[in-house]
Amino acid sequence: MNLDWSDDELAFRQEVREFFAENLTDELRSAGTWMTSVYADHERSLAWQRILHKRGWVAPAWPVEHGGAGWSVAQRYIFARERAAAGAPPVSPMGIAMCGPAIIGHGNDWQKAHFLPRMLSGEHFWCQGYSEPGAGSDLAALQMRAEDDGDALVCTGQKIWNTHADVANWGFFLVRTSRLERLQQGITFLLVDMTTPGVTVRPIVSPAGEHIQNEIFFDQVRVPKANVVGAIDNGWTVAKYLLEFERGGSAYAPDLQVRLDQIEAAARTVAVGDGMLADDAAFVRRLALARIRLAAFETYEFRAMAGPALSGASASVMKVLGTELQQHVTELGLLVAGRYGMAYQPQAGMPGGQVSLPHAHGTFVGPRQAAVAPLRYLNERAGSIYAGSNEIQRNIIAKTLRL
Amino acid sequence: MDFSLSGEQQQLRDSVRGWLKSHHGFEHRRAISRSESGWDAATWTAFADDLGILSLADIAVPHDAVTVMVVMEELGEALITVPFLETVVTGAAVLRAAGGEAAQALSDGIIAGDVRLALAWAEPDTRYGWQPRTTRAVREGNGWRLDGLKSVVVGAPWATHLIVSALTDTGTSLFVVAPDAIGVSLMSYPTIDGRRAADVRFEGVVLSGDALLGEEGAALPVLERVGDISIAAMGAEAVGVMRRMLADTIEYTGQRKQFGQPIASFQVLQHRMVDMFMQIEMATSAVYLATLRLEAEPAERARAASVAKVTIGEACRFVGQNAVQLHGGMGMTDDAAVSHYFKRATVIEGEFGTTDHHVERFISVAG
Repeated sequence: MNLDWSDDELAFRQEVREFFAENLTDELRSAGTWMTSVYADHERSLAWQRILHKRGWVAPAWPVEHGGAGWSVAQRYIFARERAAAGAPPVSPMGIAMCGPAIIGHGNDWQKAHFLPRMLSGEHFWCQGYSEPGAGSDLAALQMRAEDDGDALVCTGQKIWNTHADVANWGFFLVRTSRLERLQQGITFLLVDMTTPGVTVRPIVSPAGEHIQNEIFFDQVRVPKANVVGAIDNGWTVAKYLLEFERGGSAYAPDLQVRLDQIEAAARTVAVGDGMLADDAAFVRRLALARIRLAAFETYEFRAMAGPALSGASASVMKVLGTELQQHVTELGLLVAGRYGMAYQPQAGMPGGQVSLPHAHGTFVGPRQAAVAPLRYLNERAGSIYAGSNEIQRNIIAKTLRL
Repeated sequence: MDFSLSGEQQQLRDSVRGWLKSHHGFEHRRAISRSESGWDAATWTAFADDLGILSLADIAVPHDAVTVMVVMEELGEALITVPFLETVVTGAAVLRAAGGEAAQALSDGIIAGDVRLALAWAEPDTRYGWQPRTTRAVREGNGWRLDGLKSVVVGAPWATHLIVSALTDTGTSLFVVAPDAIGVSLMSYPTIDGRRAADVRFEGVVLSGDALLGEEGAALPVLERVGDISIAAMGAEAVGVMRRMLADTIEYTGQRKQFGQPIASFQVLQHRMVDMFMQIEMATSAVYLATLRLEAEPAERARAASVAKVTIGEACRFVGQNAVQLHGGMGMTDDAAVSHYFKRATVIEGEFGTTDHHVERFISVAG
């Protein structure tokens, strides 16, 4: 047993650090550092993706033969740490981390050759279409119809919670092609050109005023059968595969470390009585407790990364505890912001989408950390809701405990 | 990084687990803890002869923290009473730091099953600080004269030797003291978890020169380190204790029927048990962190140990309380194993520093 990086891993870390130091512009660094949610500004994230693409580092988990970096889980974790520390914006996960693995695992040769390079370069920017108004936690209840019509499937229905669908030119969707006894059967995994006639995207504005989420309406949309990944009616298997693909590579701790450092730095600038908030006993204690929880959680991530394999739905444990910690850290941010936390100043941050609620432009008042704190707090409430709510994750864990 | 156990460690774990399963069931534990002395001679002898795990106290070799962790987790799951932590972990760590012939002789005695140690460090008004306040040793001829009072010395009634911290002219020093020496008096009592402890008074106890363990006046950093080693090992024990409480709770709620169905089918209970499981996973991780950082520089070692103690303390409370809660009325009986595990978890919460104490310590050594 040991808790240390190997010499090779340390050399890799150095290589990554140098790459970040050389390639990360101030503007891109700002886009990563001042995000107001888990979603980076679209244009800047894409710009960073193009830089990574030149180096072959867009897709850490993909095999090299498909243009991925082919890194080990440990290398991926190191990369995530360095990315967070350097303040680089994350690459959008919908293509690289979700649709890509589905195509690699279940796509045909044409799909691999056509979609994977365009996904890497950013020419195709992807959105995900799983949830429907009546199918959230109960995803298998999805109803969007896809009728067989010769060489095409004709899709009619509605999807919801489609991150960045307004800027995406491609989307991957789960559609119902058959009504079979088990709801998980009869679902098909389909790639859709978002410019196809009959596709309408409508914005959903978050409580923080950001337009990141969307609804998508399909009205008799003809999608070539060539865009079916895997077999028709077998989409559930494909969807499950993509969830497995990145197992062990999840890394909440690196960003949380950076956020806590930001919060502590901000607390050093906030006066309380004759001293500074950073020296206030109650605050120091709260911060220490958060760091302690994070240290234990980070070691859990290391265990998931390095093995041996953890029992009991470790991906669900990480999702629940990682998002709960994230939420807790945004609470600390709001606490440091104090009364400036009341001011709505998205112009001080780098939101992941257009802001539509009224706000001032250009300048802002108070510390920058205080300006983004309420936005982060509001947006992070989504953490325990998306990607399988934390209640659903607890159900999954309960099954592994044989409850 | 690598968190896998060596073949040897797995083998040892299996043999310790196997032995405890067949020889140290709950009824045995309860009978021992209700006996007059609370002393489990059979288990201690087996640890020496059959399992050979007392050899982890061998100070001729470096402290094998991972193997100790593996063993402690099993001892926790079986809820042993014997002073393995006090003797093989805490006591041997002091001996290892001191070195020398006398320490080696004691180490050999432990391995043979003849020597049992208790570290008398705390005093009524020191709380969790390592520095003694009133216990003093003054030079007298070639030896020392020891006076003072030590509180809640766990394992003292079973100990063949006490290791006592005391102020000397140059700082804090450690001494080996026989519990039956003239001037030593033990006020012995059971602990809430069915083990034994004593408050120990020293009145003009005459010690020979070689009773001094290690360098005079240099014991504080030694005790800090010994404390961290003990926290890591006790944390592993806590993981075993908590795993058992969760397993018992899952089993009980699967059998207990109300409203015509096993109460484990209720989602609110399932989620509670999932939360218990996740707390145990975090505690396990924190114990790994503390264990694998014992050889780091002192500040990093201390931070990791305090992370572990806080995480374990919170987990012990949450898992323990909810294990009792989910056992319903049964959890409030002496007949239920879970109540005994709960009491051990509660003791662990308070030993070597409370959650609050270690949050403060984490802050004071923060990088």
